[in-house]
Amino acid sequence: MADHRGGVRARTAELVAAAAIAALGALVVADAYRIGIAWDLDGPQSGTFPFWTGIIMITASLVTFTFAAFGRSRVLFASSQELASVARLFVPACMFVAGVLVIGLYLPAAALVAWFMAVIGGYRLTTAALSGLAASGVIFVVFEAWFLVALPKGPVEALLGY
Amino acid sequence: MENLDALFAGFAVALVPGNLGLMVLGVMLGIVIGVLPGLGGANGIAILLPLTFAMPPVSAIIMLSCIYWGALFGGAITSILFNIPGEPWSVATTFDGYPMAQQGRAAEALTAAFTSSFVGALFAILMITAIAPLIAAFALRFGPPEFFAVMFLSFASFVGLTQGSAWKTLAAMMAGFLMACVGLDTVTGQLRLTFGSTELLRGIDFLVAVIGLFGISEIMIAMEEGLAFRGATARIDPKVVSQVWKALPRHWAIALRSCVIGCWMGVTPAGATPASFMSYGMARRLSKDGPTFGTGRIEGVIAPEVANNAAGVAALLPMLALGVPGSPTAAVLLGGLVMWGLQPGPMLFIEQKEFVWGLVASMYLGNLASLVVVMALVPWFAAILRIPFAIIAPLILIACAIGAFTVNNAAFDLVLMLVFGVVGYVMKKLDYPLAPMVLALVLGNRTEQSFRQSLLLSDGSLGVFFGNWLVGSIMAVGFLMLFWPMLGRLRAAVLARLSR
Amino acid sequence: MPTVARRIVFAAAFASAAVAVPTAPTSAQATWEPTRPVQFLVPAGTGGGADQMARTIQGIVSKHELMRQPIVVTNKGGGAGAEAFLEVKNSRGNPHVLVITLSNLFTTPLATGVPVSWRDMTPVKMLALDEFVLWVHAESPWHTVSDFIGAAKSQRLRMGGTGSRQEDHIITAAITRATGAQFTYVPFRGGGEVATQLVGRHVDATVNNPIEAVAHWRAGTLRPLCVFDSQRLPVTEKMTATMAWSDIPTCKEAGLDVEYLMLRGIFMPPGVPEAAVAFYIGLLDRVRATPEWQELMRNGAFNTTTMIGADYARWVEREEERHRSLMAEAGFLAR
Repeated sequence: MADHRGGVRARTAELVAAAAIAALGALVVADAYRIGIAWDLDGPQSGTFPFWTGIIMITASLVTFTFAAFGRSRVLFASSQELASVARLFVPACMFVAGVLVIGLYLPAAALVAWFMAVIGGYRLTTAALSGLAASGVIFVVFEAWFLVALPKGPVEALLGY
Repeated sequence: MENLDALFAGFAVALVPGNLGLMVLGVMLGIVIGVLPGLGGANGIAILLPLTFAMPPVSAIIMLSCIYWGALFGGAITSILFNIPGEPWSVATTFDGYPMAQQGRAAEALTAAFTSSFVGALFAILMITAIAPLIAAFALRFGPPEFFAVMFLSFASFVGLTQGSAWKTLAAMMAGFLMACVGLDTVTGQLRLTFGSTELLRGIDFLVAVIGLFGISEIMIAMEEGLAFRGATARIDPKVVSQVWKALPRHWAIALRSCVIGCWMGVTPAGATPASFMSYGMARRLSKDGPTFGTGRIEGVIAPEVANNAAGVAALLPMLALGVPGSPTAAVLLGGLVMWGLQPGPMLFIEQKEFVWGLVASMYLGNLASLVVVMALVPWFAAILRIPFAIIAPLILIACAIGAFTVNNAAFDLVLMLVFGVVGYVMKKLDYPLAPMVLALVLGNRTEQSFRQSLLLSDGSLGVFFGNWLVGSIMAVGFLMLFWPMLGRLRAAVLARLSR
Repeated sequence: MPTVARRIVFAAAFASAAVAVPTAPTSAQATWEPTRPVQFLVPAGTGGGADQMARTIQGIVSKHELMRQPIVVTNKGGGAGAEAFLEVKNSRGNPHVLVITLSNLFTTPLATGVPVSWRDMTPVKMLALDEFVLWVHAESPWHTVSDFIGAAKSQRLRMGGTGSRQEDHIITAAITRATGAQFTYVPFRGGGEVATQLVGRHVDATVNNPIEAVAHWRAGTLRPLCVFDSQRLPVTEKMTATMAWSDIPTCKEAGLDVEYLMLRGIFMPPGVPEAAVAFYIGLLDRVRATPEWQELMRNGAFNTTTMIGADYARWVEREEERHRSLMAEAGFLAR
């Protein structure tokens, strides 16, 4: 099925993926070789197993690469539109994780819920914001208070004494 | 007979109203632990352990074992509803459970999963009641070569299960093995594949990878397909339960086989994870409709759920009889029991008889209580899928993040989780199979370790894997499983020739 | 009795703090108290010896209400515990972080080259020392250490142990150095597993901690040959029909000159206030006084030596040197 809208072709994605796996395999093989792949006093050295696994992985992805390179398929991996929808999830998810790394989990979690409800769900801004805060509150009570699991916290939580 | 008396005395103690209340509370807490990512199993019980210190010993042990039950039962819920397995042994449940949920059959899948869990657990408890001492002796026969043979059997019964390119399967599996290698090599105590990064010291945790590969990538696909989880229109009919129950006895053969696999894996103690994969693999391999597994077949839920619960329970036996916990969760439970003055080991069944049979009695009752509680909740669980996508998606994302974080209390794991999300998305779109990769990631370490331990013991000779009848026959069954499809073709060819 | 003395000091300080202005250094020291949950790091997975001890302490503290804030036990076993030690090192000045150590405090940095050391942390208190006992199967022909060493010299025996280049491995190497007998060392994942492998006769001997093997000893499947301490174990209660812990000879008196004890101690991040250290010392003293703790010590036949302050630091320093030389001789140092 040829798709004439813009987007990423499956063949391109296939080639990139196979090349990436092979590159990763090469990295592994190099490190495994460094720590040793011979037979030592305590059995096979640490690198033996990853070394051969890496070799098999490289071989397998090179075969996949070759198949894809000679393929003539024009099927799309994902259209621009689809990629845009995925980005609408993935970009906020990345910002959420970045936020957690810097200022702790609770505020970014509230923001994430609010953003999704307001932008994707079309809820009123106040409803969304309150729901976000409520979600954070519930998470706090369940994890920090009941189960005593420490989640990442930042300066704001520190001000509140946690 | 003496044992039976002790068992009934145990029932009498457990059935005091206060203890019944604790049972239900324990089961509920266990389900919460099973459902909330990152609290699962070992962590959850460890967190709740201090709570029981203020109770009398019998109540504390009843409560603890019910928490254990609830967690075992609850593990299936997120696997089926959101494709996010909270524990390694729930992975195989996603293969058919999640497609069922997508087809609007979430309630059916949940009912089948819970009932199977009950059956598997019951079988294992019966085994403990009847032949505990014999089984404990059997477990002692398992050294490193036998352990490797079991791992080999898990892989052999699973490999080749996925359609599509064999090369892609191979690459995915090897990637799984390599991820399992990252961190400290337990055999030589050397760091490998860490590339000097302190973040990679702890290795790549299974849960972080699976949360990304399965959970995050699933939300990405849902976004791509237009902001909705398929199956949101799940019809919730109380009659589903009775319908499923009517249909279940048809699958007795799968259930029985999975019970045996589960008990065996639990006792040896290879654990619930290989049990669930092996059981799923065999169900598929030995079924006429093998190729349609993975598209939402109820057998694909029954097989792993029966096996992992049977194994989860059977794992308590070596823990009690030998002091070797069969799983991390059992290990924490063991710590709790030790706090109560219990000395696990061979003398336990002789010196602390009442205690042991009281525990066994609470296992029967706890199992039953769990079934009742979770079955009552099935419609509510299934209704979660009806929550609008814009609300549930960020909540799942946050839950995934909390789960990934709490595994190692490492913020870096959140970044890994996102990376795995993208990897999972790309793999799904390009038909790279996820299952072999996850299997290799989960079992890779222990497989490699037992292989190398065996070679150490045998001074490098591979003959050790056929050194006695036990290891030899497990290996033989493994090879049989590996070449089963070819054998099938061979048989067809021979039959065709004969009829000509 | 240090415990009693400490308690009196503590009570006195508390009483004076109630009236005195908190600027006086002595009273300020004693009145420090955690203001948020205390993170108790375990540099190993769940279920092991250190983990059990940490969770016991957590349980005792909450059961006897020894502290207003809760203790949260967190396992960070990555990289043979390097992860937990790195976290402590990086939490400079944070008085709400504790870590319990085992021998990997010394072995992990030496074997892996990860840049952490006890010098990057504040020593709080030695809680106890864990003993090691040489075990063989009860049906084996070796009844004494010399039987065993004699056999090991004529054929290569298989020694099972927990982890690689860690305490069990080091003791094995030390036995080789002392006697010349060579062993095939097979690493397993936990002490319980090691003991079962010996019961199943997949290995010939182990150096399990008492608590890991006691159940099998009592069931008559394992036999202790000697204990790697300078004196015999103190527990005289009979564990089997004929033997108590105190009947096991020391390895030295049995002719095997190897000694090894494992530290179970508490450390804090660098740069924490003196008052916080004093608080936790007081807390741990009260933990040690509870019946639950004494029960644990008895069950595990622990060596109950305890130290604080400069004595503790000196002990740790000596122990680090000893590990360095033992590991260097065995060829376990990071390449």
